[in-house]
Amino acid sequence: MIKSTVAELSLALAAGDISSVELTQAYLNRIAQYNGELNAFITVCEESALEQAKAADVARAKGDTSSLLGIPLAHKDIFCTEGITTTCGSRMLGNFVSPYNATVVERFSDAGVVMLGKTNMDEFAMGSSNETSFFGAVKNPWNTACVPGGSSGGSAAAVAADLCAMATGTDTGGSIRQPAAFCGITGFKPSYGRVSRWGMIAFASSLDQAGPICKSAEDAALMLNVMAGLDSKDSTSIDKPVEDYTATLNDSLQGLRIGVPKQHFAEGLSSEVEQAIRDALAEYEKMGAIIKEVDLPNSHLSVPAYYVIAPAEASANLSRYDGVRYGYRCENPVDLEDMYKRTRSEGFGEEVKRRIMIGTYALSAGFYDAYYRKAQKIRRLIKVDFSNAFKEVDVIIGPTSPHTAFKLGSKSDPVSMYLEDIYTIAVNLAGLPAISIPAGSANGLPIGMHIVAGDFEEAKVLNVAHQFQKHTDWHRNKPSAMAKEA
Amino acid sequence: MEWETVIGLEVHVQLSTKSKLFSGSSTKFGAEPNTQASIFDLALPGTLPVLNEEALKKAVKFGVAIGAEISKRSVFDRKNYFYPDLPKGYQVSQLDYPTVGKGSLTVTMDDGSERVIGVTRAHMEEDAGKSLHKDYHGMSGIDLNRAGTPLLEIVSEPDLRTAKEAVAYLKKLHRIIRYLDISDAIMAEGSMRCDANVSIRPKGETEFGTRTEIKNINSFRFVEKAINHEVRRQQEVIEDGGRIVQETRLYDADKDETRPMRSKEVANDYRYFPEPDLLPIVIDDDYIAAIKAQLPEMPDSKKIRFIEQYALSDYDADVLVSTREMAEYYEVVAQQSGDAKLAANWVSQDLLGLLNKNNWDIADCPIQPERLAVLIARIKDNTISGKIAKAVFEAMLEETISVDEIIAAKGLKQVTDSGEIEKIVAQVIDNNPDQVQQYKEGKQQVIGFLVGQAMQLSKGKANPAQVNALLREKMQ
Repeated sequence: MIKSTVAELSLALAAGDISSVELTQAYLNRIAQYNGELNAFITVCEESALEQAKAADVARAKGDTSSLLGIPLAHKDIFCTEGITTTCGSRMLGNFVSPYNATVVERFSDAGVVMLGKTNMDEFAMGSSNETSFFGAVKNPWNTACVPGGSSGGSAAAVAADLCAMATGTDTGGSIRQPAAFCGITGFKPSYGRVSRWGMIAFASSLDQAGPICKSAEDAALMLNVMAGLDSKDSTSIDKPVEDYTATLNDSLQGLRIGVPKQHFAEGLSSEVEQAIRDALAEYEKMGAIIKEVDLPNSHLSVPAYYVIAPAEASANLSRYDGVRYGYRCENPVDLEDMYKRTRSEGFGEEVKRRIMIGTYALSAGFYDAYYRKAQKIRRLIKVDFSNAFKEVDVIIGPTSPHTAFKLGSKSDPVSMYLEDIYTIAVNLAGLPAISIPAGSANGLPIGMHIVAGDFEEAKVLNVAHQFQKHTDWHRNKPSAMAKEA
Repeated sequence: MEWETVIGLEVHVQLSTKSKLFSGSSTKFGAEPNTQASIFDLALPGTLPVLNEEALKKAVKFGVAIGAEISKRSVFDRKNYFYPDLPKGYQVSQLDYPTVGKGSLTVTMDDGSERVIGVTRAHMEEDAGKSLHKDYHGMSGIDLNRAGTPLLEIVSEPDLRTAKEAVAYLKKLHRIIRYLDISDAIMAEGSMRCDANVSIRPKGETEFGTRTEIKNINSFRFVEKAINHEVRRQQEVIEDGGRIVQETRLYDADKDETRPMRSKEVANDYRYFPEPDLLPIVIDDDYIAAIKAQLPEMPDSKKIRFIEQYALSDYDADVLVSTREMAEYYEVVAQQSGDAKLAANWVSQDLLGLLNKNNWDIADCPIQPERLAVLIARIKDNTISGKIAKAVFEAMLEETISVDEIIAAKGLKQVTDSGEIEKIVAQVIDNNPDQVQQYKEGKQQVIGFLVGQAMQLSKGKANPAQVNALLREKMQ
């Protein structure tokens, strides 16, 4: 049962085949069995999860038929959860107990979802391997010598290893999609503004977006139905009606125009990944889709532009961690400056400090025009590239990552790590919805396929992803290392 | 050498909104520390700003009132620096696209001359909290009640040439802000604060000299003193062959001097960039027109109207329009009493004197304008004399009964009965044979003395005009 999708669990719960308490206990057992090895969770909330499960069963008995009622979920530890430590993967917030809930947390809670705990992540979501977490690296369930991807590595590993039915993630440059690809699951980043950022700890405010990490596109639709919507507490959330994202999942793809960006099938792409995506495209052709090459001429500029804009915003967003009001404070500061310096030197990890310095530099007097302003110009060009492409095609499909999950500790050079997100970053700069779904396997590791659509075309992305999953079984594959049942 | 002073002012006013610029916390002054700090004001992780539209309205109101350009699209920026009373580590402000652009206001100097002073811009920003250095034994306390209170920073062009002009500009600004009711603008409480940029140059020179910025000036009087001190200091430095260093200086009112701020108190690179948590503010012509339509009559036009409508002197009109409340008070008195000139005298002298003496706002005054109007009407219809009216005025402070009841109860009604007055006049003539003789011999001015005697006998109640006429008649 724990290996089922949310859609299946929803039916089983409704039919009375299983109770939420039983299901929750099963996941808690699974966490107890595998979390030591995977390190996917920073905090497990056994007691409160069982209480919530009990409450869900009671609600169901009283006639509540909410689709996610009683289904166990894990939140990335970037979402503030009232009364529960919210670390953001950092020593800086190692002792931070949030006094309030993020809107995403609130919405799932209102939907009767059971929260199993908080998942591990790269520190402040800065990383593509989950190795920058203060709480230790997360292991990939398919091969524990490999990384799960990042920054939502804990959520992705937890879903892949069936430690939860579904999880939340956040994606600033690929942090939902790349770990989803590495862990062989479904990860969806909605359009910027679709899901409220209130209570989601900021990395780069103009790029951050929350989304579902789960076992199928259908599950992503069910989750997004709960997550999406205007929030008066987030000025950048969008006042657009929320569709029922499950309604169009089964629309036919006959005549669908799929764009394949030539820049995403160039140097650097591993041959296994390329083959898997070509095979997937052939599958779509069988469904009646038309494949067209599209040009994203500025895509080579997306990584450099991103690594100016994101660190610039981060350098300000992380200024609040100063040891004054909450979080880590150094021992025995001699004066204010000493407190600032040591608190931030000791409280932040290397990657976070590197990005704060990059961002501070890019915004400094005399460099602003050369870096920040220029990066914003590139961002606009990238947006234009996509809108031009979407005049010709309905969706754009390519690989999520140039290769499968890499070995822990194998990327010590920050720039090679930054290039991990080469196919996903442009989508954040343009604010578009995009999903990664499993589409193949190489050497026992999953391969992710990336599907992008125009602004607020979440339903289109999910429809295209769901149709693939109806015709293939890649999303049903499970890591053999995690096969042992408790 | 003859020097010319160049001054530009940066004035911060706290916009009087109920809640803060980006959070729902109250902005009330004087609460227990940190009782008005929400999770956003504390900069807890994950919290986000939401613009208070009241603050925007008030900023636009100011811009419209001074005829400034209003930006259809304005943008908030982050101004980055570390300080314990700045919880986010950045202040949200507006750098390149302020809500209010170029405008101007006219100030009138004591000699009646007028100067038009340019306003470069006015932008919205958040106030910081307060650091409390007392009572914490080697540590500092932080009070975040003020953090996030909306400020409007009004920046003038370097058009001011004397400390007096600077004060006149500041007072004019204060008057406009109070008329618009967009801020309490109380300098002593910090709801209006002023920084002055001061430089000097040889008279006739067109290039500006190096300027210093004086911070922390918290009264109109100190603005004048601080600028004058700084001008003298700069002259001395230059005349001694020195050079002015561009720096930030603090005004110390106790020592009446400015001194440089420690370099640590001055951040030099704020790394401004657009605030990604807020969308640009977009407003249209209708929005601006609606605010314009709600503007009250502003002090300059009110003054002109008072001069025309009530035949007042420039001086009286200026005193009466000094606050919107005073002007409104005056108009009630003028209209209900039926004597605008007399009303002007009473309001600008007796009433204002009373308010100043007791340190009252006009709203606290126990004498309502309707009552003062009745008092003036009683002077006009000869029920009481002007002199008796002063006594009634005093009594009105104590009594809640009507003006007529006071007059009746105290027996202050003017005697106009000619039989009554005839008796008094006869008695005065009897009592003062010498003066009567003098009058008859042509010494006309003695009449004043005799009228005074009659008024004394009547305890001030006799109608002096009637007394005067009757005396003359009887002494023919």
